[in-house]
Amino acid sequence: MEVYHPTTLGEALDAVDEGAMPLAGGTDLMVETNSGHIRPEHVVGLRRVAELQAWEGNRIGSGVTWRRIEHEGPRALAQAARTVGSPQIRNAGTLGGNLGTASPAGDGHPFLVAVDAEIELVSKRGTRRLGWRDFFTGVKETARDEDELITAVRLPDDLPERQEFAKIGVRNAMVIATVCVVVTRRPDGATTVGLGSVAPTPIRAARSEEMISAIARPSQTDLDEFQRLVGAEVSPITDHRSTEAYRRHAAGVLARRLLERCLR
Amino acid sequence: MIVTFTLNGESANARVEKPLSLLDLLHDELGLPGSKAACEQGECGSCSVILDGQLVCSCLVLAADVEGSEVTTVEGVAGDDVLNGVQQAMHEAGAVQCGFCTPGIVVAATDLFARNPRPDLSEIKEALAGNICRCTGYGAIIRALEGLAGRP
Repeated sequence: MEVYHPTTLGEALDAVDEGAMPLAGGTDLMVETNSGHIRPEHVVGLRRVAELQAWEGNRIGSGVTWRRIEHEGPRALAQAARTVGSPQIRNAGTLGGNLGTASPAGDGHPFLVAVDAEIELVSKRGTRRLGWRDFFTGVKETARDEDELITAVRLPDDLPERQEFAKIGVRNAMVIATVCVVVTRRPDGATTVGLGSVAPTPIRAARSEEMISAIARPSQTDLDEFQRLVGAEVSPITDHRSTEAYRRHAAGVLARRLLERCLR
Repeated sequence: MIVTFTLNGESANARVEKPLSLLDLLHDELGLPGSKAACEQGECGSCSVILDGQLVCSCLVLAADVEGSEVTTVEGVAGDDVLNGVQQAMHEAGAVQCGFCTPGIVVAATDLFARNPRPDLSEIKEALAGNICRCTGYGAIIRALEGLAGRP
């Protein structure tokens, strides 16, 4: 068993280049380890790397914890952070870890897709920035190469002023999302809808966005149609957490509710 | 590999040859059985410890990654043979049923009161949101902590 404890990004990159598995907050990796699904023998712990915890303007370091985002993040991302696990989980879990795991239910993802965030990946070969569409490639799969670290998330400079997050699960604390949604809206009507837990990767509801963005003051009939379109546009599955039909219904209801909050 | 860290204020060493959790290390190698193993997936809080000033689940900490860190377990929240304020308040209120969740709740509540000596009801509930009591003895636990906070 070999575990590295680098304090600089350069040392951390050396370790992943040699095949070490990145360990952020441990809230996913250790569950897999405790249950015997994986047996990580060669690990690089990232929590001492100060560069990964830097948060400057709209560049959020991958090592920033949910606890910090809960207090300092943009509105809808802070709302999402508050629903991550429990105080213990939010103290450990990080934005970058959420991306590295790339669960379809990741609580941070709907915000990142709704604002078209970019993910910064660094290796000894260099730095690249991927849009979220290129980053998420499947269920728990990403475009990160094995010698790369997720170093930061870059948000656009002009975040929409109106932005709202909501999540449905079986209870209030310690819950993995059945459906989670972010809706943003600008004064000119431009609306985005980011959804999690309704497809193999987080998605945008493009047709619903197009329909509602064209309407300056949506009527109840318009909102009904928006809700119906969101439910029709997602592609959820039935699993141990919920059914396809319920997830379609919940996605539509939540998106409408959030849009109504944005319009207030 | 040998891991060296500060455990309840004293230097500790342990040989770690496999990917085990800090919880297992405390229990099986270091003779500290206070942190309890229940869910081992971060859902129940029974294994809560304070790692470098942050309340975390020790089942989700890789033992070999505590190198150079400071860890406080339930055994270290008070001095020898004395109770801290949280322990005293829970003792007086009878806020223990089977006792399995108690160490995790003591650690989580100790962390809360260190940050906020006068938490209100919602702050107490929020701070304990990651700790499950299967006996559902929350009423007495919360009353004990409200009393400690000087609230009725």
